[in-house]
Amino acid sequence: MYVAVKGGEAAIRNAHALLAKKRRGEESVPEIGLDQIAGQLSLAVDRVMAEGSLYDRELAALAIKQARGDLIEAIFLARAFRTTLPRFGASVPVDTGAMRIERRISATFKDLPGGQVLGPTFDYTHRLMDERLATHASDADAPRQLAPSPRAGEGWGKGEERREADATPAAPMPRVTDLLGGEGLIEPSPADDGTPPRDLTREPLSFPADRPLRLQALARGDEGFLLALGYSTQRGYARTHPFVGEIRFGTVEVSLPVEELGFAVPLGDIAVTECQSVNQFKGSATEPPQFTRGYGLVFGQSERKAMSMALVDRALRFKELGEEKSAPSQDEEFVLSHCDNVQATGFVEHLKLPHYVDFQAELDLIRRMRAEAEAPDEMKEAAE
Amino acid sequence: MRSEPPHITEPQIAAVPDPAAEQAAREVMMGLYARATRAELQAAVERFQPLPQLKRLRPAEAGLIMVQGRTGGDGAPFNLGEATVTRAAVQLAGGATGVSYLLGRDPAKAEAAAILDALWQDAALRLAVTDALTPVRRRLAVEAARAAEETEATKVNFFTMARGED
Repeated sequence: MYVAVKGGEAAIRNAHALLAKKRRGEESVPEIGLDQIAGQLSLAVDRVMAEGSLYDRELAALAIKQARGDLIEAIFLARAFRTTLPRFGASVPVDTGAMRIERRISATFKDLPGGQVLGPTFDYTHRLMDERLATHASDADAPRQLAPSPRAGEGWGKGEERREADATPAAPMPRVTDLLGGEGLIEPSPADDGTPPRDLTREPLSFPADRPLRLQALARGDEGFLLALGYSTQRGYARTHPFVGEIRFGTVEVSLPVEELGFAVPLGDIAVTECQSVNQFKGSATEPPQFTRGYGLVFGQSERKAMSMALVDRALRFKELGEEKSAPSQDEEFVLSHCDNVQATGFVEHLKLPHYVDFQAELDLIRRMRAEAEAPDEMKEAAE
Repeated sequence: MRSEPPHITEPQIAAVPDPAAEQAAREVMMGLYARATRAELQAAVERFQPLPQLKRLRPAEAGLIMVQGRTGGDGAPFNLGEATVTRAAVQLAGGATGVSYLLGRDPAKAEAAAILDALWQDAALRLAVTDALTPVRRRLAVEAARAAEETEATKVNFFTMARGED
């Protein structure tokens, strides 16, 4: 228990002024702009949107700036901000099958319709420090210029008019799970029976949690926590033998059914990352063995998070798939109660608030215990 | 006012009024407002000055929507997370009610979109509104084509190698 304390107003004011000064940094250096954060630290922005559970690039950039780059503090700011706004409704579920792809890879099929598209990835980089970025020389000679497209005879010098003519929407890329599903080798997605999904921003988390509720909690869960849990499943704690069936990143349209209009209004596009894991078999007396699945979907570009989410989603399905419970990653109460970094930081950091009365009581107690332990034996006997 | 090349027209406009086609065309326009910048929409509204008297039925306000995804990409829905949205509704004197819902927090953009939606519903102005959005349509097409080209250039073919022990 902590108690109310009075005083310290001037100290608090000065502490906040000092915080603002430290945030600004050396004044001879230009102040960083939200457009710079949103444009050049875009993956930090993506993480704040995903775990803040609030898609708004500009707000996330502002939160990062205000939090001096402390992403969990920025996520906290995003969560606090959302409480100030009314909710207009729920979107039509986004269709990741119609995603405008920026990256799409499969670790299960080498050749698949639509192909393997690397997109902007850190994969295959050598993780060597690039000195050019330190000196702004990158503007002059970094390899940002793409080599000619592999399509014969079509370079990058296409005129704008040519681009306009080409701008027919790309054919949607089939999901890898659909390819396996066609042969009945993989379990289908759970059917949409029209039930609105439970929403943990509207009702407190309660158990047992169904899969949609678990996915909501995981989608806004801490990347580091989910990464560690996902890793644990690979190392043998609730082993599920995963393959990455597919990872895709790109933009999807969001639309909102508007009652006064009688149709769903397109609101614009958001970037999301999706991971489909393909895991080992399930079979029963009535059903032949099938691959099973884990699913990850995250705001922004974050395949580490989407993959971790898919691994943990699959582990949490142990009961439904008739598996033995043997590890923390399968325990929904453990996973869902601890994956939220705003809750976690709130409870851990509350320890620094004044606990003076509690501690006085403990001090008093320990003094009495020590006094008893140190008292001469005859006094103890007399007391007994 | 600069006139646009004639080849870019809205294919959804039917000669005979057809409610389903009209709604589809209106949705397409709303998708354009959503992807336009505030400056682009305000420039489009400028073409219709002087505007009839404007009644703000719902002054632009920011709020949230819950974005849903589907389990496995195509299954039961779940709540992915929220997004900011701005909405507005305006009525033009003697005209229709225009409504807008857009991602983000930009009251001026939402109001411009609602005005364009109101103007578009006037059959006599429909072509002009469609035309006023041509620069947006063109910019989006160019950007999409460029992005598709850049993405296409990262397409790979993996070759499996024979392992040493084989």
